[in-house]
Amino acid sequence: MTRQRPRLAVWKFASCDGCQLSLLDCEDELLAVAGAVEIAYFPEATRGTVRGIYDVSLVEGSITTPHDAARILDVRRRSRQLITIGACATAGGIQALRNLADVREYTAIVYARPDYIQTLATSTPIAEHVSVDFELRGCPINKRQLLEVLAALLAHRRPVTPAHSVCMECKARGNVCVMVAQGTPCLGPVTHAGCGAICPAYARGCYGCFGPMEMPNAPSLSEHLAALGMDRATLARFWRGFNAHAAPFREEAHCHDD
Amino acid sequence: MTTKTIKVNYLARVEGEGGLRVVVRNGVVTKAELSIFEPPRFFEAFLRGRAFSEAPDITARICGICPVAYQMSAVHAMEDALGVRVTGALRALRRLLYCGEWIESHALHIYLLHAPDFLGYAGAVDMAREHRALVETGLGLKQAGNAILTLLGGREVHPINVRVGGFYRMPSRRELAPLAERLERAREAALATVRWAAGLDFPERRHDYHFVALRHAAEYPFNEGRIVSSRGLDLSPAEFEDSFEEDHVERSTALHAHLKADGSSYLVGPLARYSLNFDRLSPLAQAAAREAGLGATCANPFQSIVVRAVEVLYACDEALRIIAAYEEPDHPSIPLTPRAGIGHAATEAPRGLLYHRYRLTEDGAIAEARIVPPTSQNQASIEADLKNFVGGWLDLPEEELRHRCEQTVRNYDPCISCSTHFLRLELDRG
Repeated sequence: MTRQRPRLAVWKFASCDGCQLSLLDCEDELLAVAGAVEIAYFPEATRGTVRGIYDVSLVEGSITTPHDAARILDVRRRSRQLITIGACATAGGIQALRNLADVREYTAIVYARPDYIQTLATSTPIAEHVSVDFELRGCPINKRQLLEVLAALLAHRRPVTPAHSVCMECKARGNVCVMVAQGTPCLGPVTHAGCGAICPAYARGCYGCFGPMEMPNAPSLSEHLAALGMDRATLARFWRGFNAHAAPFREEAHCHDD
Repeated sequence: MTTKTIKVNYLARVEGEGGLRVVVRNGVVTKAELSIFEPPRFFEAFLRGRAFSEAPDITARICGICPVAYQMSAVHAMEDALGVRVTGALRALRRLLYCGEWIESHALHIYLLHAPDFLGYAGAVDMAREHRALVETGLGLKQAGNAILTLLGGREVHPINVRVGGFYRMPSRRELAPLAERLERAREAALATVRWAAGLDFPERRHDYHFVALRHAAEYPFNEGRIVSSRGLDLSPAEFEDSFEEDHVERSTALHAHLKADGSSYLVGPLARYSLNFDRLSPLAQAAAREAGLGATCANPFQSIVVRAVEVLYACDEALRIIAAYEEPDHPSIPLTPRAGIGHAATEAPRGLLYHRYRLTEDGAIAEARIVPPTSQNQASIEADLKNFVGGWLDLPEEELRHRCEQTVRNYDPCISCSTHFLRLELDRG
């Protein structure tokens, strides 16, 4: 007796496509994955679509338009499990910088005819609109972690994606601490693990692609950064990157606004 | 007069979201419109007030398929504004990184997105059931490109090692050695790809394109060169906005670029690059192109799959040349001093010319940013192709006609997230 393969859908909202590309970047595993699940909806990769209910939906991107705010409700209704992938879907992405500005002014800067543009004043994560079963962090997500999520799904278990800081990954990798040794500003102590501590391994400070770890002590890190000589404006900007709308980073940045 | 409407709600196998509307009156195509519904993300607006040094990481996020292109145009434009030039081994490493992105992005398009059109499958996974070895070759080639990005950039998508002035960390000769072995195998696979692609069945469709690409004194263009065209334009990147402009049309969140002088369309990307720079390809790539039956120029957009394969071959060849000649520089980057100024740059993204301009304040903050991606420049040409080609296909069965229209768009490998910006086909027969 053959068990029916789970039906997978991949959806895109406001994003750069990099997180769904991570699935296609699993060159060694892609055909095995395609054998284990039925890729029922993935327009970036195939024009064949299966309509109806999906066992799992991977959702990339943030909600930035009235149309997308309605579309995510439909995606939720049609998905048994909904997994958000990447900083746009889990925290609103870099485009959430608009949340601090006047979106009408932004539209006028980029478009000659702002009246043609339909957009919301904010870029918000999927979980602010519908219930989400699992969030995979990263800008972009790590493809090994994506494979872990898919493997866990097939085994009916919870994915293992540790919520400790990048510091732990740095130690595991044997990196010398860039902040202690070179005084390089680094968000590693408060940033969610998952990338493998790439930046410190390349002699630069972490810039927070994976967003806040569980229980981050952001004020303490700000103090340390200020002691390294970072001025208030730079500090506020440092917290306002690809996860600027994630609460711990958002609140900490706000403390350094004039 | 018959009344008929064909609609493709979501054009698949393109990166991003767009739609297509073709209007036919009495057997003649009167209108072909490409719309892009990608939600606007306002990069040029939120770049204002950020430090010049943040531009490569932020603009990379415009496109997950070609982040290196954004990083390269950003760093060159910033260096132009700051009055410095990156030369020698650091410049060569930037070309190496770009080779990685071309190999990865082109292999993705050739094998996973474009090949299914020629072989009659919905996508690569379906194609793999009967053509497993072919798909595996494509994935292997793509992986070789990603190996360059991972080693030199730190990861495949949104590399972390690029900075204005150079890199954070430079690789040692020893680290590059295993990469060379892998690239030698990739070069064989690329040569096989050119031969395979040459044997595909191409519709005989040509168009008298106005090709626009970079041209460099000695190299096939990645990072630097003058902006030249098949109709005699020859500009520095700083003069880009004198000759080209973008319009905002109601149906699209992407801007449409055209020539300022007469509002005409132009073409950027592999066909333009190839046709304007055939003599700059390596001897191996030139010979493979000739063997594939290509001339020194190519104006059949369906053959872009062959041209991309030739460019992959070139990129493997060039990457191997760079690795063989590599000597570790003394420093991973050059020193920079913030100053007020304006900087321009154009580099060759896999999909074509990518223009950036920044105005900086005295303390190095971005006061203004302007980004013109390749897909917004090619929209007018995509529409012209549809208008020119669809007329000959109107007697085809509905599904096949729709498929041909989609293929006409996919010829361009449109990166719609880039143009900030998905595809729906609506065929209105009056």
